[in-house]
Amino acid sequence: MTAKANVIGVPRFTEITDLTIPTLSILDAEGKLRKDAHEPLINKATAMKIYQDMAYIRILDERMVAAQRQGRLSFYLTCTGEEASVVGSIAGFKSHDMVMSQYREQAALRYRGFSSEQFMNQLLSNDLDFGKGRQMPIHYGSRELNYMTISSTLATQIPQAAGYAYGQKLSGKDACTICYFGEGAASEGDFHAGLNMAAVSNCPVVFVVRNNGYAISTPTSEQFSGDGIAPRGIGYGISSIRVDGNDILAVYAASVEARKLALEKNAPVIVETMSYRLGAHSTSDDPTNYRSSAEEDVWRKKDPILRMKNWMLDKGWWSDQQDHQLKAQYKKEILDALKSQEKRPSPSISELITDVYKTPPAHLQKQYKDLLSHIDKYPDHYLPNPNKVDHQTALTQFN
Amino acid sequence: MPQINLLQAVNSALDTAMASDQRVICLGEDIGEFGGVFRATSKLQEKYGKQRCFNTPITEQGIVGFSIGLAAQGSVAVAEIQFADYIFPAFDQIVNEAAKFRYRSGDQFSCGGLTIRTPYGGGIAGGLYHSQSPEAYFCHTPGLKVVIPSTAYQAKGLLLASIRDPDPVIFFEPKAIYRAEVGEVPDQDYEIPLGIAEVVTRGTDVTLLGWGAQMHQLHRAAKMALEDGIQCEVIDLRTLLPWDLETIVASVNKTGRLIVSHEAPRTGGFAGEIAAAIQEECFLSLESPIIRVTGMDTPFPLVFEKEYLPDYLKVYEAIKQSVNF
Repeated sequence: MTAKANVIGVPRFTEITDLTIPTLSILDAEGKLRKDAHEPLINKATAMKIYQDMAYIRILDERMVAAQRQGRLSFYLTCTGEEASVVGSIAGFKSHDMVMSQYREQAALRYRGFSSEQFMNQLLSNDLDFGKGRQMPIHYGSRELNYMTISSTLATQIPQAAGYAYGQKLSGKDACTICYFGEGAASEGDFHAGLNMAAVSNCPVVFVVRNNGYAISTPTSEQFSGDGIAPRGIGYGISSIRVDGNDILAVYAASVEARKLALEKNAPVIVETMSYRLGAHSTSDDPTNYRSSAEEDVWRKKDPILRMKNWMLDKGWWSDQQDHQLKAQYKKEILDALKSQEKRPSPSISELITDVYKTPPAHLQKQYKDLLSHIDKYPDHYLPNPNKVDHQTALTQFN
Repeated sequence: MPQINLLQAVNSALDTAMASDQRVICLGEDIGEFGGVFRATSKLQEKYGKQRCFNTPITEQGIVGFSIGLAAQGSVAVAEIQFADYIFPAFDQIVNEAAKFRYRSGDQFSCGGLTIRTPYGGGIAGGLYHSQSPEAYFCHTPGLKVVIPSTAYQAKGLLLASIRDPDPVIFFEPKAIYRAEVGEVPDQDYEIPLGIAEVVTRGTDVTLLGWGAQMHQLHRAAKMALEDGIQCEVIDLRTLLPWDLETIVASVNKTGRLIVSHEAPRTGGFAGEIAAAIQEECFLSLESPIIRVTGMDTPFPLVFEKEYLPDYLKVYEAIKQSVNF
């Protein structure tokens, strides 16, 4: 698309201030509808599900951080403060749309139907973990739920999402891809490559950028000089919108429209959700080293879950009593799942060499056999729970 | 002499380099006020200001490309890549640019002032993306130097030498022993020359060769072997590119046996290069086949990390196999 040449006779530079991106905001801080805002069409069942999944993830995150501190998990990473950005966006999509996320979007996986047991299986690397105990905690994935397995590497999923969406378009199905990442990942080369290719190749992909203020310790002021991420979309010719990421209705309304646009126009769309990472980057991080609690308190008051709850109470769709019961029920469900799934065995040691290739090649089978004979010499040193693993079966599997 | 750990030794080297040369600039993700995710750059921004020690956006290719430009201009760039697993977006800048900068210009331009520091290796329950040992990829690239310390003393002396070396250096830091590895390290400025291996333990029966965190496994295996009456000569390669062939040849000509060990996968690992070169040089002195004790040819696992790693027991078994051949 070539814009009509706009010729000037003296040098005049275009500045970032020439482009102002508005922020969609529907609920105010108290959860009341803002005067000039349109409430999106949302039925009670959807609203209830959104609210319940946000509440669930808040509790899951709290419990898992505690479990990590008790040494029951090696690592964890919360979504706290950004629940509306994630649940509000995924709720605007269909269950057959593909999700390609970064690593702070467990709430989207919950929305798709991931159970407490399934979360625990991955976090605890047990025999039921879909990823076979190979990745660090929080690297979920589910073929059944159209949720691509997470990689720790940043932004690699962005060009992949463009390609996935291109394939969806060619397949003629009414499906698109939703791709999540943070404002820090948007500095990677893959972000720029992915956006450009998505635009040039007309890919039905919606990029949801969680602009949450920090990339580990690095504040946005040291991450970029421009006005956030949305204007970059414009630069690549991509329809872009910025929303209050703590306002569930704004995120939901923008996401429903974004999906529609992506599929109608066969084009990428960017939704930038403005929010704040209320927790640490991960359990390996301590934010008191780089930001003040006063700053955090400002955002704690903008809690997206509380804001939605107030709106639901006003609607008569929810009560404090229901809220209390729900949270108690989730707490119990999560702790029960932790207790039961941590008793499960590790995956079989034969999984050490599976899935590297479709079929383990000869050299890998030999390495595996050598390993098993070595383990037999020092049975007490390896496989701390030998009863967990039937490695004789494992050995015969490749013979 | 103060006792400090390997991480503090890295910090001390950076501090020393920045104090002794105004041109030294440190950059990388989270290295500023925070001091890096491992704290290797702790207090450097406070001491030398934001212009000389600063956070970068999250872009490894940007960090390395920027550092190459900085070095070409005459500054001394010390770039941190937060984990070696994340160095790959910068692969083009390192392999096609940094490594060939001098060669392609007929020495009109160089980026010799570039040092890339990056924590590497397993043993921390880091799974696929916080455990890898990618040194062999870079050892396959003429124009680069590759350095890996195994002690606090080495870390400071080798890092200072790397920063001041006239060629681009990739400096891999064994993160599993960042804090566990403690030793005497002088406060003052000193360098350990690159390209020279260190014979750590003298022995007559079998040569054990490794680098980085793997040295701990070699020393432990050597102790076990000593109880069986086998005297291992333990050598720390320290610089992988260019590597000290002469020291290894002298040792193997004496012992007649060589075991090379690294965490990285076996196929295409640097032990293969060493084994090939040593059989060329020492064919008639060899009493048994050169043995590689390495990681397996799989991505780095999580639950079976212990089984995957080439630990001291695997090295000990290799020693027996070599001696009893």
